[in-house]
Amino acid sequence: MAIWLLVLIVLAMGFAGFVLGRKRALNAVGGNIRNLHSLPSYYGQTVFIFAIVPAFLLMICWLILEPFYIESRVSGMIDPTEIADGSSTSLVMSDVRRISSGLDTAVDRGVLREGDLDGMRNDLDTLRARLGDVGVAVGSDIKQSVFLAAQEYRSIGATLRGVMSGVVLLLSIAAAAWAFLRLTPEFRARNVTEAAIKVLLILASSVAVMTTIGIVMSLIFETSNFFKMYPLSEFLFSTTWNPQFRGGSDLGILPLLWGTLYVSFVALLVAVPVGLFSAIYLAEYATKRVRTFAKPVIEILAGIPTIVYGLFALITVGPLLRDYFAQPLGLGASSSSVMTAGLVMGIMLIPFVSSLSDDIINAVPQSMRDGSYGLGATQSETVRQVIIPAALPGIIGAILLAASRAIGETMIVVLGAGAAAKLSLNPFEAMTTITVKIVSQLTGDTEFASPETLVAFALGLSLFVVTLGLNVLALWIVRRYREQYE
Amino acid sequence: MTDMSAPSSGKTSLLRLDARTKKRNAAERRFRAYGAICVGIAVVALVVLMASILKNGTSAFFQTHITLDIELLESKLDKTGNRDIAEMSKVSTFGYAPLIKNAMEAKIEELGVDIEGLKKPQDMISKEAAAQLRRFVLANPDVVGGTYEFEFLASGRIDGYFKGRVTMESAERDKNVSPQQLMLADAMKEEGSLNTSFNWKFITWPDASENRPEAAGLGVAIIGSFYMMIVVLVLALPIGVAASIYLEEFAPKNWFTDLIEVNISNLAAVPSIVFGILGLAIFINFAGLPQSAPIVGGLVLTLMTLPTIIIATRASLKAVPPSIREAALGVGASKMQTVFHHVLPLAAPGILTGTIIGLAQALGETAPLLLIGMVAFVREYPSGPPEGFFDPAAALPVQVYNWTQRADPAFVERASGAIIVLLVFLLVMNLVAIILRRRFERRW
Repeated sequence: MAIWLLVLIVLAMGFAGFVLGRKRALNAVGGNIRNLHSLPSYYGQTVFIFAIVPAFLLMICWLILEPFYIESRVSGMIDPTEIADGSSTSLVMSDVRRISSGLDTAVDRGVLREGDLDGMRNDLDTLRARLGDVGVAVGSDIKQSVFLAAQEYRSIGATLRGVMSGVVLLLSIAAAAWAFLRLTPEFRARNVTEAAIKVLLILASSVAVMTTIGIVMSLIFETSNFFKMYPLSEFLFSTTWNPQFRGGSDLGILPLLWGTLYVSFVALLVAVPVGLFSAIYLAEYATKRVRTFAKPVIEILAGIPTIVYGLFALITVGPLLRDYFAQPLGLGASSSSVMTAGLVMGIMLIPFVSSLSDDIINAVPQSMRDGSYGLGATQSETVRQVIIPAALPGIIGAILLAASRAIGETMIVVLGAGAAAKLSLNPFEAMTTITVKIVSQLTGDTEFASPETLVAFALGLSLFVVTLGLNVLALWIVRRYREQYE
Repeated sequence: MTDMSAPSSGKTSLLRLDARTKKRNAAERRFRAYGAICVGIAVVALVVLMASILKNGTSAFFQTHITLDIELLESKLDKTGNRDIAEMSKVSTFGYAPLIKNAMEAKIEELGVDIEGLKKPQDMISKEAAAQLRRFVLANPDVVGGTYEFEFLASGRIDGYFKGRVTMESAERDKNVSPQQLMLADAMKEEGSLNTSFNWKFITWPDASENRPEAAGLGVAIIGSFYMMIVVLVLALPIGVAASIYLEEFAPKNWFTDLIEVNISNLAAVPSIVFGILGLAIFINFAGLPQSAPIVGGLVLTLMTLPTIIIATRASLKAVPPSIREAALGVGASKMQTVFHHVLPLAAPGILTGTIIGLAQALGETAPLLLIGMVAFVREYPSGPPEGFFDPAAALPVQVYNWTQRADPAFVERASGAIIVLLVFLLVMNLVAIILRRRFERRW
């Protein structure tokens, strides 16, 4: 039974349960709802919740655990001696999965018939072509054992799916009936429903926690796989980045880290002064008309997707810098460069710095300004000597947040900074960053067994740790050094 | 500031500024000017950015077409003459190319132009034309033998000539187009069989391969992005609202709620590419969902959008005054009834605005989608929901990235055009959010 059909049936039973439960409650008191503990629809909701929630929970757990069970059953069928050199059980198993899902599609579309499959044992050459027809590409020729494993995979899968449908439906009916039979006028239906809803609310809010766990687990798991194949010290201290898909690559993070920090530095060099001065101007000097015009305009810069900035770097800023600065100065002939990416990223970061600083400057109490004016200071002296010192922790926090944004930014550097890993000081040279290399190592045909692919996870973990560290530091500074007025 | 208050010379006048005051006033003016310049820089940057995209991209919405009378020769298309579709579909697009060549030669003769050294005039027409003819013939087998008028896409270079991208000089060095062909194109334009019109195909057609940029469109990408937005809306809105209600209205102050709060604020700051790694590792490798599918993209974007929606929802829940809650509790509503019957409806406009802004953010997000295989070249439209969520599709921003990676300069124009489409969608979504806020926002 298809899963969406099962979901629909369970939902339908839930609604039926709602109607029946409500009716039962009303009938029990002869329509006089004053004798009920809760409003009638709460009795319906109780049955509804009992009908669907346990069933769906079971279904989700089942769907998560099913592949592991099938895999453990099927992987025994593959003879370890038959696995080719350079391959592994997990690769063969992924072939098995692909072939079995391919067979499913082929049967669905009528390219193959179920009966054909049993007679196909000796006819595996054509199978690959036929699977290709339905859009399933199989890397190598299909071996006998792999085909049998795939068939077994399908049959266990189909059986389990059938069992699951039955169990889920039974559970749904049983739980609904149990709740239905307990409905009496004294039954505290509202309390039960509200408790259940509260549990759902808690579950929803723990999605954020689960996401973080998911990120950390996936990064750490694959990173540890990577360090089984590649030494940690090489990764951290080697100054060459030269992945070779035949093995023997140099995967040192230093050139990437240098590129990342260099681009971010240039970006902050643009964004911090411009953002800070804009914030000061808008908060202290601008007339109301200028403010209502300029503030949204700057904020628009924050709403533009980064791919737009990337394209801007690629087709406008890059050639411009090359033709008018890099080439006349003899500094290089590449349109993608640290300068290109840094400048454009700086523009992107202006609103981050300016709107955060703006809030902080506005939070400095007016009495401090008045005090300063009263002593005869000019407006700029007030800003420099009173407001900025008072707002400094917040401003530093804003700059750190912008820095973490810059380090994690991807599309601008993919399109603007280039792909060559270099340790160079020339800002007009193409350099590359951590994020660029994550993209290039993980797009295209990837095999999850080579260090060249897995290094992306190690890079991702480094990126995650650095940006998280900057954020925590920023929050800590803001909290620790914030001046408390009043 | 004691040093400043001391008079510098013996005599001071309130009417005449002394040197120090002048200096201080000058510093004041300079400081003020720096501020104005910086605001100016930000505004100018936005204007230049928009102008550059518009300048490069507007031409993508126009396309040069060539109108030709094609004689659908029976001898080429249906040798047996019995109009059997199965038989006729054996003729590949190569079989149709000579028809176009003939028609082009006939056209030149009809024009009466004689261009010395003109070679391969049929290359002025997109390679897509043969496929277009074939589709037409297979759909209406009875047309074989007749002569029909067709409007074909001109090739990318001819199209570029009328958009100023290709010139006579650059054509000299280009092996895909010759100056003679451009002269012929001029002659055809004069005669009217070559014209430029609005290019709906750019919005509706799927992507096309490297050597036919003129046929590349955004159809699949728009559908893919739309599917992903549906997934995000269906998942992120209920989860986000439920989480905010719990955190804002019910959560006790303990380590668990602290953990959740810290997590949400951190997730908002995690680089988007890390979410892509998460999607690749969990949804594709672990859960076995298909690559390039809108469902995976939608799930990843949901996780990215959740913090935005939660922050917006909590702000608007917080804005509902406590008196509303107290009144509801006072007449005997339970805590849950208070929240769902009174607080949530009053906070709804704010939640909706926050959701739309979150969706707009998700629509423009590119980096995580690169990692989950949305960069794949997809030519087939995904099928309707629900199966369509699992079919390969592209996404608008990723399509832009894809086009920037191709060699033919015509794709730069397409990429900028796609950005314009993306920005129009974003503009519309943000305008809707602003209008909703203006219309329903309540000040208590």
